[in-house]
Amino acid sequence: MTSASTRRDFLAALGGGIVVLCVAGEPADAQESGRRSGGGDARPAEISAWLHIAEDGGVTVFTGKTEVGQNIRTSLTQAVAEELHAPVASIKMLMADTDLTPFDMGTFGSRTTPTMAPQLRKAAAAAREALMDLAASEWKVDRGTVQVADGKVIGNGHTAGFSELMHGRQFVQSIHGEPKLTPALEWKVAGHAIPKVDGREFVTGHHRYSTDVKRPGMLYGKVLRPVAFGAQLTSLDDSAATQIPGVTVAREGEFAAVAAPDAETAGRALAALKAEWKSEPQPSDRDLFAYLRANAEAGEDRDARGSVDRGMAEAGHKVAATYTIAYIAHIPLEPRAAVAEWNGGKLTVWTGTQRPFGVREELASAFQIPEERIRVIVPDTGSGYGGKHSGECAIEAARLAKAAGKPVKVVWTRQEEFTWSYFRPGGVIDISAGVRADGRISAWEFHNYNSGPSGMQVTYDIPNRRMVFHPSKSPLRQGSYRGLAATANHFARESHIDDLAHAVAMDPLEFRLKNLKDERQRAVLQAAAEKFGWGKRKNAGLSIGFEKGSYLAMCAEVAIEGGRPKILRVVQAFECGAVVNPDHLRNQVEGAIVMAIGGALFEQLRFADGKILNPMLSRYRVPRFGDVPVIETVLVDRKDLPSAGAGETPIVGLAPAVGNAIFAATGKHPRSMPMATEALS
Amino acid sequence: MTHNEGMAQVTELHVNGTRRRVSASPERSLLSVLRDDLDLTGAKYGCGEGQCGACTVLLDGQAVRSCITHVSAAAGKRITTIEGLESAGALHPLQEAFLETGAMQCGYCTSGMILSGVSLLGQNASPTDAEIVHAMQGNICRCGTYPRIVAAVRLAALHQKTMRRAS
Repeated sequence: MTSASTRRDFLAALGGGIVVLCVAGEPADAQESGRRSGGGDARPAEISAWLHIAEDGGVTVFTGKTEVGQNIRTSLTQAVAEELHAPVASIKMLMADTDLTPFDMGTFGSRTTPTMAPQLRKAAAAAREALMDLAASEWKVDRGTVQVADGKVIGNGHTAGFSELMHGRQFVQSIHGEPKLTPALEWKVAGHAIPKVDGREFVTGHHRYSTDVKRPGMLYGKVLRPVAFGAQLTSLDDSAATQIPGVTVAREGEFAAVAAPDAETAGRALAALKAEWKSEPQPSDRDLFAYLRANAEAGEDRDARGSVDRGMAEAGHKVAATYTIAYIAHIPLEPRAAVAEWNGGKLTVWTGTQRPFGVREELASAFQIPEERIRVIVPDTGSGYGGKHSGECAIEAARLAKAAGKPVKVVWTRQEEFTWSYFRPGGVIDISAGVRADGRISAWEFHNYNSGPSGMQVTYDIPNRRMVFHPSKSPLRQGSYRGLAATANHFARESHIDDLAHAVAMDPLEFRLKNLKDERQRAVLQAAAEKFGWGKRKNAGLSIGFEKGSYLAMCAEVAIEGGRPKILRVVQAFECGAVVNPDHLRNQVEGAIVMAIGGALFEQLRFADGKILNPMLSRYRVPRFGDVPVIETVLVDRKDLPSAGAGETPIVGLAPAVGNAIFAATGKHPRSMPMATEALS
Repeated sequence: MTHNEGMAQVTELHVNGTRRRVSASPERSLLSVLRDDLDLTGAKYGCGEGQCGACTVLLDGQAVRSCITHVSAAAGKRITTIEGLESAGALHPLQEAFLETGAMQCGYCTSGMILSGVSLLGQNASPTDAEIVHAMQGNICRCGTYPRIVAAVRLAALHQKTMRRAS
C-alpha cells in the first residue's frame, strides 16, 4: 500500500470534521521516537499524533503515550485546551491503543512534556485557526474579527459551537512548521492546577486496569517458572495437570503454562506439573561488587576536560572513595498483567506497559505474524517507574490463549514480579578528586561500573575532569528505572563534594556556590537553602542535581535513633522550565522523594545462585507512611524556558542529601545505597 | 474426590447492601470471589500476603485484607467494597477528599487506602496525623502520595464533623 492510499483510507475512516495531523520532525524527533511503523499499517507512518474535531463537535486527541500515574492524560488535555480555547471537559484523550493511535516509541525518559505536549499544542492551535477560517467564510465577515473562546467560535455578532461549522465536510491539515503558540506567561489553562481529569473513576474503583479486564469465556493462566535464572528444563510430566477438568497445558520449548476456568484450578494445575531443572552456580549479592569490577569493560570517556594529573598536582587535598549501589526492584503496585484474545487470526492484548508498540513488535516476533494483525490496548496502568517496558506477560497470555482457544488472563504474582521482571542495576563508583587550598575543585575522576552513565555529568566548574562508564556483566536482568543511574551517580558525586568541602573546612553550601557558575543550578540551590534555613539546622545535608533538562537542590535533616537514621525534614527546589500543572508537579516531586527513601535507606535485592532471596513485601521493605518526613517543595517556575519532563529527576537528590546529613550528624560518610542496613555509631 | 470435600460451599455474600449468590469453596480468598465471581474489581491484588493493603475491604465496617481472608470468614457479615461507598450517587466524604487533595497518581492503591481510611474514621472521628499514619501503615502507595493521603483523611474528618453539626 502506498503512503498516499494509506492516508486516504485513514482519513476516510475518521469521518467528517476537522483533522489536524502532527507530522514528526526530522531527524531529532525521529531519533527520540525511534523506528516508525509503516508498510501495511492502518495509518500513515509519518504521523506522530492527531486531533479530530468530529461533526458533533467532540474533540478527541490521539497519542500513543501511556498514562501510568504521571498524570499526562491531564497535562496533555491542558495543553490542548489552552490552544484550542475549549474547556478541559470537552476534550477526550485516546491513548496507547495500537489500532487507534499513532506509533510511539514509548513513555519513558521524561519525554512526553518536552516532545508530545508541544506537538499537541500546535495541532490544537491549527484546529482553532481552521475553525476561525470556516466561521469567517460562512459568516462572510473579516477573519480578524473572529475568535475562539470557551469552546465557541465568535465574530461580528455570530456565535457557533464547533459542530455547527462542519456541515458534513472533512477538513484536513498537517502541521510541519511552527504555528504560533501561546507563551507560558499568557497561559490560562496550562500552568494551572487542574485536577486529574478522570479522578472520579479511581476513587470509585470503576477504572479498569489490565488486571481488571474480563472477556467472555476467559480462562486464568499460570506460568511454570524455572527454579533459578537460566535454569534448563530437563523433564516435564504434565499428565496429572491435564487430567484436571477444564485445564489446558501449553508447552513450547522451555515455556510451560496452564489455563483453567478459575484461578484456583489454574493454581492446582500448576502445582501438578512435575518439572526437573538443571541450574548453574551464580554470583550472589555478597560477591556483587567484586564481580562487577572483575567483568568490567574499559569504557569510554564522557565530557573529559583538561588534565586530571595536572589538577591533582595543583590540589592541596585529595580525596578518594568507593561507593556501592544495590540492585532494587520497581514494585509497581499493579504487577504485570495481560489478557489475550485470538479472533480469526487477529490477536488483541490488554496489558499495562510503557511501550505498547514495542510489545506489539514482541508479539509479532513471538508468533511470526504481521503487526497489523495484533492490537495492544493499554488501560491507564497501575504505575511503572521504568519497570514496564517489556511484553513477557503479554506473550505468556497470548500463548495460553492460542493453546486454549479462549481468552486468557495472566496476572503475575508479587513473587513473580520480584523475580522475573528486571531491576535497577547495582553498581560500583570510584571517585578521586582534588581541591585547592582556596576551595576550588581542581581535579575530578569518576568511574561508574555497571550502574549506568545517566547523571554522571557535573554542573560544577571543574577544569580537569574525567568520567568513564564501564559496562559490566550483570548477574541479574537489569533495565530502566525512574531516573536510571542518575540516582547512584548523584549520591556518589554529592557525597564526595561534601568530603572536599570538609577537607578545606568550608560550609557545604558555600563550597558548592564557590564551584558553581551555572545560574540555573545556583538558583535552585539558593532557593532550597533559604527555604530550609541552611546554617540554622543541625544534622543537615544538601545536594544538587541536573538531569534530563531539569535542575534541583535538596536539603535534609536527620536524627540518629538507635543507630539508625530517621529523615525528619526535606526541602527540594525543582526547576523544569515553564511549569505545566503546579499541583501535579508537586505531586511528582513529593512522590519521587518518598520513593527515593527506599533506595537510599533500605531497599536491596538479596540473591544467590540465580534466585531472589527476598521476593516478597514482608522481606523487602518499601517506604510506608511512617517513613515520610516533612516534605517542602519549592517550584522555580521559569516561564521563559521550554517545559521539561519531571517524572524522574526529582528522585535523584534525596540519597546524597540524607547521606551528607548523616555525615554531619556522625562524622561518618555512608558509602553505599542502601545506607541503613547496619547501625551507625 | 475433590480437594474441598467435606467443607460447605459459601453460597451467599452480603455485599454493598445486596445479597449476592455465589458458589465458592470456603478456603478461597475473599478477594478472588469479589473480583472473579462478582466482578467487583475495585479491590486489587498487590502482594497476596496482606502486606500492601490494595485488597482492603470492610467487614462489618472493619478494614480487612481480602487477599488473606477466606471467603468463609466473610459469610454472614456486611462486606463493603469501594463500589459500595457512594450513597444515592453522592461520594463518601473521604472519596471527595481524595479528589480535593489530589491524593493519587496511578490510583492502584486508592480503593484500599480509602477503605482503610473509612475504617479508621469509623473508630476515631478526629484522628491526629500520628494516628492516621499509625492506622494506615499497612497500606503501600508506591507513587509516594502518603502526605496527600494523610491530608485527605484529615479533611474528610473535618467535613464529617461539619456535616454532623449541621444535621
